[in-house]
Amino acid sequence: MAVVFEKPKALTDAVLHYCPGCTHGIVHRLVAEVIDELGIEGKTIGIAPVGCSVFAYNYFTCDMVEAAHGRAPAVATGVKRSDPEKIVFTYQGDGDLASIGMCETVHSAARGENITIIFINNAIYGMTGGQMAPTSLPGQVTQTSPYGRNTETQGYPIRVCELLSELDGPAYLERVTVNNVKNVRNAKKAIKKAFRNQLEGKGFSLVEVLSSCPTNWGMTPQQALDWIDEKMIPYYPLGVYRDKDGENNG
Amino acid sequence: MAKLTFKEELCKGCGLCVNACPKKILQLSRERLNQKGHSPVEIIDQEKCIGCAFCATMCPDCVITVEK
Ligand SMILES: Cc1ncc(C[n+]2csc(CCOP(=O)(O)OP(=O)(O)O)c2C)c(N)n1
Ligand code: SF4
Ligand code: SF4
Ligand code: SF4
Repeated sequence: MAVVFEKPKALTDAVLHYCPGCTHGIVHRLVAEVIDELGIEGKTIGIAPVGCSVFAYNYFTCDMVEAAHGRAPAVATGVKRSDPEKIVFTYQGDGDLASIGMCETVHSAARGENITIIFINNAIYGMTGGQMAPTSLPGQVTQTSPYGRNTETQGYPIRVCELLSELDGPAYLERVTVNNVKNVRNAKKAIKKAFRNQLEGKGFSLVEVLSSCPTNWGMTPQQALDWIDEKMIPYYPLGVYRDKDGENNG
Repeated sequence: MAKLTFKEELCKGCGLCVNACPKKILQLSRERLNQKGHSPVEIIDQEKCIGCAFCATMCPDCVITVEK
């Protein structure tokens, strides 16, 4: 018998602290599988965010740097520019990337930095207890929008891939999700392409992953995956928003 | 013939693997808890397993190893 599925080597043996059924864990695994398959573990440096994935540095076997809230793309820029042979990725939530860190996100994209960004959009601030995020949906009930997000007073959700696709800098922007087996496989292809682009010097690559937060959405893990289909994907359509070389070579 | 092994202490009883299995041969234990207090996953009928690894693909915690 041959092993057809096991934990990737680029993940440490540390027990993930995420809540039961939180898809942060699936995305961590996909990043690690890609690092294994590309054989880049020895030269990869990850930048961890602030948010539920703040402890990402405990989970990947590669070198990791912890950035201040939202500043991961700036830290990644510095690491990559000082040692261009390294493969540098950030792993960031939506509060981190699209709120406090929006400036770093937009400018690193505009500069076309040759880095890889894994962006977890779970439509909420997970770590701090479920406050409204820039990505929370219209009408979504959160701790800070108890009657549902009111677009008149709280504005509209930000679609990050669409926003960045207005810039000339990015090489690759794709939105995926991990709410079923097929989508997990597609997400892995996108993540692999985002890393391969950096190896080939193609420039700024960002993969937005629609991810679940069962705890703060107040749902079971499976209900949360269904909610991604029912509510998130209609607002955040999956797909490629920029691909400078036009080929989907996952 | 396929074989599943579980790192039971890592299981959080989220049930995503149970829902993903096309053969419906996984369940959360009704008798046991692991050290973290979760009902760990268990396989009801190993003979029926086709080794598709859908369960492992949906597991956020890398609990399941699949051999075929
Ligand atoms: C400078 C600063 N401001 C605010 C906070 C509080 N804070 C911690 S995590 C977080 C938001 C996390 O949300 P997100 O990035 O969506 O990640 P998630 O937890 O949902 O994965 C905030 C505002 C902080 N740690 N540092
Ligand atoms: S609070 Fe939400 S995002 Fe954070 S670990 Fe729990 S389920 Fe995941
Ligand atoms: S490998 Fe496939 S058939 Fe076997 S338990 Fe997992 S999901 Fe079910
Ligand atoms: S998906 Fe993983 S953690 Fe969740 S019940 Fe199954 S084996 Fe346990």
